[in-house]
Amino acid sequence: MLNSSPEKLEVLLVEDNPGDVRLIVETLKEGRREYNITVVKDGEEALSYLKKQGQFASAKRPDIILLDLKLPKKSGLEVLKEAKSSEDLKAIPIIVLTSSSAEDDMANAYKNHANCYITKPIDLDKFVVTIQSIEDFWFTIIKKAK
Amino acid sequence: MKPEHTILLVEDNPADVRLIKETFKDFKISNNLSVAKDGVEAMAFIKKEGVFSGAPRPDVILMDLNLPKKSGFEVLAELRQIPVLKRIPVVILSTSDSEQDILKSYDLHANCFVTKPVGLDEFIKIVMSIEDFWLSIVKLPS
Repeated sequence: MLNSSPEKLEVLLVEDNPGDVRLIVETLKEGRREYNITVVKDGEEALSYLKKQGQFASAKRPDIILLDLKLPKKSGLEVLKEAKSSEDLKAIPIIVLTSSSAEDDMANAYKNHANCYITKPIDLDKFVVTIQSIEDFWFTIIKKAK
Repeated sequence: MKPEHTILLVEDNPADVRLIKETFKDFKISNNLSVAKDGVEAMAFIKKEGVFSGAPRPDVILMDLNLPKKSGFEVLAELRQIPVLKRIPVVILSTSDSEQDILKSYDLHANCFVTKPVGLDEFIKIVMSIEDFWLSIVKLPS
């Protein structure tokens, strides 16, 4: 199982809201394993990171991606589409974590092979519980592809 | 009362079926778990063919890989080609731990890959985590 390996899990967090970034990073820091969390603030940066372009030439391949949908420059949906149609990147699990609970957004995300779709709860405590659930499920139980 | 979620379990091992069924029965959110015992049955259920003409559309599919008649990989590949149905989340629950099976599952757009633990308690714990995560945290397409 994942938690038997001592290596740090590489997490790419694509999020432009600084409050959300802080909360997610702090929750994960107090979590049950160690992470290398990289934060990028828009969709273009996310794709450059994944493709190791420019300043991200030495970027590590993420084990998992937490992706907001409403992002500057390039939307989360566009990032999702590009990543899931790339032979090299499509095996990386992408968790869509968004404030949107619109049916359309959800349907589009699943259609474009999001691994799961989670609506950010407005309540702070619930938000933390949600992050902890993601951690429990995706970072300790799930088998990632190398 | 109508159950909140319909789950399709595709599994040929009767002991695993029983354990998963019992765990789901105890879950805090009402749910309806249907079982298909091989890949052919699974596809018929999803496409509402033959005896499954009145089958509900599953909100989430829990599927083994090693199945009679049609493998889990084949079911996954077929399902992902069908408009509308392709967005149903598929959780792979397999005894396999091989890197090749994990990669192939994700390449075929499995939503996640979980290895069945050998110990009984561990197995129950994992099934409970799957329930918690997929039925109460995740938004499922309707």
